[in-house]
Amino acid sequence: MSPTLAVIVRLVAVLGLMLTNGVVMIYLLRKVLGHLHIRLGPMHVGWHGLLQTVNDVLKLLTKEDLTPRAVDKVLFFLAPVVVFVPSLMAYLALPFSEALRATRLETGMLFTFAVLAIVPIGILMAGWASANKWSLLGGMRAAAMQIAYEVPLLLSVLPIVMIAGTMELGAVVDAQAGTWFGLVPRWFITDPLLWPTFLIFLISSLIEVNQTPFDMSEGESEIVAGFASEYSAMKFALMFLSEFSNTFVVSAMGVTLFFGGWLLPWAPDSWYEAVPALAPIVFLTKAYVGVVLLWWIRGTFPRVRIDQMMSLGWKRLIPAALAMILITGVVQKLLAPVLYRAVG
Amino acid sequence: MQSPAFDHLVVGAFLLFGVVFVAVTVFASNLLSPKGKDEPNRLEPYECGVEPVGPPWVQFRVGYYVYALLFVVFDIETVFLYPWAVSFNKMGLFVLTEMTIFIAILAAGLAYAWKEGALRWR
Repeated sequence: MSPTLAVIVRLVAVLGLMLTNGVVMIYLLRKVLGHLHIRLGPMHVGWHGLLQTVNDVLKLLTKEDLTPRAVDKVLFFLAPVVVFVPSLMAYLALPFSEALRATRLETGMLFTFAVLAIVPIGILMAGWASANKWSLLGGMRAAAMQIAYEVPLLLSVLPIVMIAGTMELGAVVDAQAGTWFGLVPRWFITDPLLWPTFLIFLISSLIEVNQTPFDMSEGESEIVAGFASEYSAMKFALMFLSEFSNTFVVSAMGVTLFFGGWLLPWAPDSWYEAVPALAPIVFLTKAYVGVVLLWWIRGTFPRVRIDQMMSLGWKRLIPAALAMILITGVVQKLLAPVLYRAVG
Repeated sequence: MQSPAFDHLVVGAFLLFGVVFVAVTVFASNLLSPKGKDEPNRLEPYECGVEPVGPPWVQFRVGYYVYALLFVVFDIETVFLYPWAVSFNKMGLFVLTEMTIFIAILAAGLAYAWKEGALRWR
């Protein structure tokens, strides 16, 4: 395969996955939230409302694209680009299986978090350019949240880098192969040392993707639609496609870092060789279970206040994440050699 | 087909393609969509139906910038920690003591900012 063709295959595959994710996840969100509220969610377009999102996408495509009079025109058009492009790029390092991934970036973990960190800049741009006080408030909140939670998010995954000794996501999955005592899968989530780490990661990543209880930048019950108030038609659709897609990416990162990626518990390697589709299916299933769990949180918790959220980030999560790095360091260097000898 | 150079090519291609994709879809939706009649208040900012009062770009507290400064400091130092974490297993106790000192300085900085009230949201 020539390099050009290989690049095009990757582009089409990733874009296809992203759009499919968007359509499936919006439907799933409405169903999950519906059932959490003890109602049915979409039911009318197609069987159990299956075609509802397709319908909505077509509707958005043919909506009038309003540009309010007072907006900053350049930034108003640039913002959807700055929001969308990073969330497309965030798929690049995800390991769907040993072979199936867009790239094998040595810095995969850092790369994914780095591109996701660009999204709030786009949201701030959108909020600023809209020339609307609600939008500006939403944009500023997005920036403040990003500022408070980027650091704990990056710090929280450091213990995993220390244990796995790599930032390449496929290698992180490989480091989770096998079992403890021949019984418990050696996924990082089964290591009690990493439980606080997982909690910090979970909270920070919820904020990273603007999910309720941390959706202050959108907060439709207080600031209309926040940064998206003035957006319509395709620009609006792309920004929300990117939000849903980021939720998937964050869930996939959680699966990769803590839940063994494409690995099934106790499955021998020969299974993955016999059925090449097994690994990606396992990975996607796990990622979607993660997404549904995020939405369970979304449907259950009330929105927190912005000052509470800021102090949680700076005064609790950052010190906790720093402490976890030191504890992991001490355990790895001093206790682990003894433990490994005991376990064999 | 798997080499660092190729991977970087893919990253670049995605960056370009993303921009083109947004441009094309926004353009396509502009072609497809109807154009509404020009009515007096149609292009006003939406502030719940009330006419906007004052300029949209209101002033924000200076506190935001204190957070921004803190963020820059901590984010950069976090990035310094990554190469250390990657090579952590390959080196001896020395890296651990070294990083303990580094993290202690970080923590002292955070404690100082905390004490000075930079972390209070007003």
